[in-house]
Amino acid sequence: MTVVLELTNVTRVHGRGPTQVHALGGVDLAVREGELVAVMGPSGSGKSTLLNVAGGLDSATSGRVLVAGRDVTAMNARRRAEVRRRDVGYVFQDLNLIPALTALENVALPLELDGVAVRTARASALAALEAVGLDVAPGRFPEDLSGGQQQRVAIARALVGPRRLVLADEPTGALDSVTGEAVLRLLRDRVDSGAAGLLVTHDARYAAWADRTIHLRDGVVTGTDAGGRVADPLGEPADLMEWEA
Amino acid sequence: MSVRQGFLALLSEQPMNGYQLRQEFERRTGGSWPLNIGQSYTTLNRLHRDGLVETVDDQATDGDPPSVLASHRPAERFHLTESGRETAVSWWTTPVHRGKAERDELAIKIALAVTVPGIDVAAVVREQRSETMRALRALTRAKRDVDPLADRARALILDAQIFAIEAETRWLDHVEATVAATPQSERPKRNTR
Ligand SMILES: Nc1ncnc2c1ncn2[C@@H]1O[C@H](COP(=O)(O)OP(=O)(O)OP(=O)(O)O)[C@@H](O)[C@H]1O
Ligand SMILES: [Mg+2]
Repeated sequence: MTVVLELTNVTRVHGRGPTQVHALGGVDLAVREGELVAVMGPSGSGKSTLLNVAGGLDSATSGRVLVAGRDVTAMNARRRAEVRRRDVGYVFQDLNLIPALTALENVALPLELDGVAVRTARASALAALEAVGLDVAPGRFPEDLSGGQQQRVAIARALVGPRRLVLADEPTGALDSVTGEAVLRLLRDRVDSGAAGLLVTHDARYAAWADRTIHLRDGVVTGTDAGGRVADPLGEPADLMEWEA
Repeated sequence: MSVRQGFLALLSEQPMNGYQLRQEFERRTGGSWPLNIGQSYTTLNRLHRDGLVETVDDQATDGDPPSVLASHRPAERFHLTESGRETAVSWWTTPVHRGKAERDELAIKIALAVTVPGIDVAAVVREQRSETMRALRALTRAKRDVDPLADRARALILDAQIFAIEAETRWLDHVEATVAATPQSERPKRNTR
């Protein structure tokens, strides 16, 4: 399987002198097509920084970041913006919807910027909004949407179009458990149909939708866990419930 | 709960024979609780003995119920007696008792790890979390394969386990954070009186 995202010994230092923060301290990570990787770790451990660097929104201080085989660290700002737009779908922790655009326009924007005809872009955007279950008029502006509704718009925007890398920073933050699960199902389906995904979450129930979980602490990967495939996890009644007549 | 309770609940819908009961029980518990024939007939035997279920034969003879169920024809259908119906209803209206929790091997292991000198608690917690996440992934995969509308029982039972295991991971995170904030030297040790 093709490696879509590859980080090699990536560091990110914020600021300088006595106030400097080592947000990432040498991270190695490869995410293949069809693979969803969860990132967990306490607040301030560098999860958002990792996603920003992976998506070309922030530059690594050292190390190498490859997106779809291309070295993002060596690109100029314009080329990097292009990769970001074309290959990367991003759900921001603080959503980042554009207030002056409607829900529909927010979702259609990355496609339109990419040269897709307006009508086609809007049709795809509408389909994406339906898929995430937005239950209000797509012509509403972000400020007229609840937190959960804004979240769905942000997710639709990240999943729309042919993106190969989906980066999601707490995409379930403002969602109830049923909608949260629906979002993970969407993300998983998208990855299964040929994208690579990186998902930041505090919630193990959502991380369990990924193929593996990496644990970050103080900018360093402290562990990875993977696996967990059994014929039927409910198939061993003796362990679950004692029989009693 | 017991198989007995489950059978009474099922029979409150409609009379069934032993085979149907067993099938229905397995289906409605989402395949999480397979029964063998012996279990299901022992249960029926006791329900019959306790006067909670009866067969058409019992009503016809109108005397002492035959005590040995094996004498019944396999196709014979059971239905609830009046007292069986009451028992079934009272089960629905009584919440499941959350009494003293079972001894939890994991909690005890971690509690010991925290107090026994020289144990790397963080490492114990990490190992456990990997295992717990594996279990969670297995359940989640099973859940993905279930159509929640077609098989609600299975989806529900998988969810129950998923939420319980999620709680375990949160507790492990909490232990890890607590231990990280407490230097080894300040941890409680053996009682040194
Ligand atoms: N622009 C910045 N300037 C200085 N320090 C920063 C900057 N951005 C992040 N940091 C610091 O880098 C570290 C990692 O931050 P990051 O946002 O990646 O954490 P996080 O794991 O996403 O946390 P959370 O779970 O709270 O979202 C923190 O100590 C944070 O204060
Ligand atoms: Mg963050």
